[in-house]
Amino acid sequence: MDKIPILRMGAFLLVTIQVDLYDRLALTLEADLVQMVQKTSAKGVLIDISAVSIVDSFMGRIIGNIASMSKILDAETVVVGMQPAVAITLIELGLPLKGVHTALDVEKGMNLLKTMIDFTEDDEDLTEDDLIAE
Amino acid sequence: MTLSLNKDTIEVIKEQDVVFAKNRIKESAVKIKMGLVNQTRLITAASELLRNMMRYANGGKCMIEVVTAGRNSGIRLTFTDKGPGIPDIAMAMKDGFSTGKSLGLGLPGTKRLVNEFDIKSKVGEGTIVTIIKWANG
Amino acid sequence: MSINTYQLLQKKKKNILELWMKNQLADEGLREDLISNEELRSQSEELVTSLVGNLSSDNFSDLNSDEWSPVIEILGGIAITRARQGFSPRETGNFVFSLKEALLEVLQEEITDSKQLFAESLKINRIMDNLSVVTFETFIKGREEVILRQTDEITEISTPVIRVWDGILALPIIGTLDSARTQIVMENLLQEIVETRSSIAILDISGVPAVDSLVAQHLIKTVSATRLMGAECIISGIRPEIAQTVVHLGIDLSNIITKSSLASALAYAFKVMRLEVRKVSTIQK
Repeated sequence: MDKIPILRMGAFLLVTIQVDLYDRLALTLEADLVQMVQKTSAKGVLIDISAVSIVDSFMGRIIGNIASMSKILDAETVVVGMQPAVAITLIELGLPLKGVHTALDVEKGMNLLKTMIDFTEDDEDLTEDDLIAE
Repeated sequence: MTLSLNKDTIEVIKEQDVVFAKNRIKESAVKIKMGLVNQTRLITAASELLRNMMRYANGGKCMIEVVTAGRNSGIRLTFTDKGPGIPDIAMAMKDGFSTGKSLGLGLPGTKRLVNEFDIKSKVGEGTIVTIIKWANG
Repeated sequence: MSINTYQLLQKKKKNILELWMKNQLADEGLREDLISNEELRSQSEELVTSLVGNLSSDNFSDLNSDEWSPVIEILGGIAITRARQGFSPRETGNFVFSLKEALLEVLQEEITDSKQLFAESLKINRIMDNLSVVTFETFIKGREEVILRQTDEITEISTPVIRVWDGILALPIIGTLDSARTQIVMENLLQEIVETRSSIAILDISGVPAVDSLVAQHLIKTVSATRLMGAECIISGIRPEIAQTVVHLGIDLSNIITKSSLASALAYAFKVMRLEVRKVSTIQK
């Protein structure tokens, strides 16, 4: 069966979707990706959908699921490269993908992930300092 | 008045049929020079309806027609299934309603994507959904 | 139409054409600036040949029948070209009317029996009147096409996307925003965001006379779609009256970044991008 490859780049996972997903493929991706986040303790997930021409409610839900599941596993998800036509259609469909971060391309997505993770790490540093202070 | 020029019926039973049907719809849309955004709306709407047909009725038929009205041309899709039918259409057309395990925006969301949307359903007999998307509109 | 008359007209085809050409050339409204005499002659000849060839058919009075479609096609083609070339309705009308005159003149010369002449003339009249209606319809359709094309051009040029800074786009909207126009505005803006990799887009509506709930909905849609693509969209140029109507209509814009002027939107964009605009001190060297 077809599988969408998941690449590991340091603390991040990169998924480039090159085909229009049918339902089973999307579900497999969801399962694989969550497994992978846990296994590699990734800090961020980048999903590049610039080659995807159709995102319907099912596919939108899968993206939302991946983001929520990764969040529980302490990883941020950024969806990059959404086509204008896809964005317009998703909004009209009523799916604004709340809780999913977006960026224009992989590079910008990577930067966004980095700032988000720096930010949380700063937070952690703070709490550690607080602990020491106590 | 809406005139139908060209008819094509596809049986949708397996998951591959869904992909095939979507490709045929795209071909027809390209043929009448539908813009990219409208193409995306049409295929997304079809995708929602095809999934409903697969999920609730174990498949059905999808008819693709090229239609014209005045100087405008468009694509009409008719989805016919022999599934359980929808008891309360008004309820099913509300945002956030679903009997299946989904977000429940299949039907109302689909309606927003197309120019004309018509649904007829009889419990125990099946459901017919007809949508039209105009090339410019 | 009787066989005799048909044969007569068929035989006199040349005369009809000559007479018609004479009528047309004598007309004060002849537009030699728009169409050359040779072109006019070839157009006329084509029409006469196909018209006279059709008069024999049984249902020659029924313009909807298939036999007439070639004649109507030729006539329609001429009418549309004339509409595009800028002929006036009168000039286009006279083109057909002068053919009728020519036909009737030939009949008058050739048929001696007055009863027959009347009957045949009536038929010719009826046919030619119907053809005139067709001509007008097509002529107006041609004009409408010109208008539609211009409308498209206006929408096209009235939504310029400006690159104000590296990574910042601005789109000033002037005039009424309807569904169709917002659609184009939205598509252009999103496409331009992809092409320029801009992370901030400013939609300036200071030139929009009114915002109703539909327009507001379109604006919200544009902003949401921009966000899905990974960019931010700011709405600027909101006049006090518009702020009032928006609130009175109960439209919620709280999720959208709104600024009163393009300048303040730009300042905001600079801040987000961590850019600074400073006055250069002249004392320091």
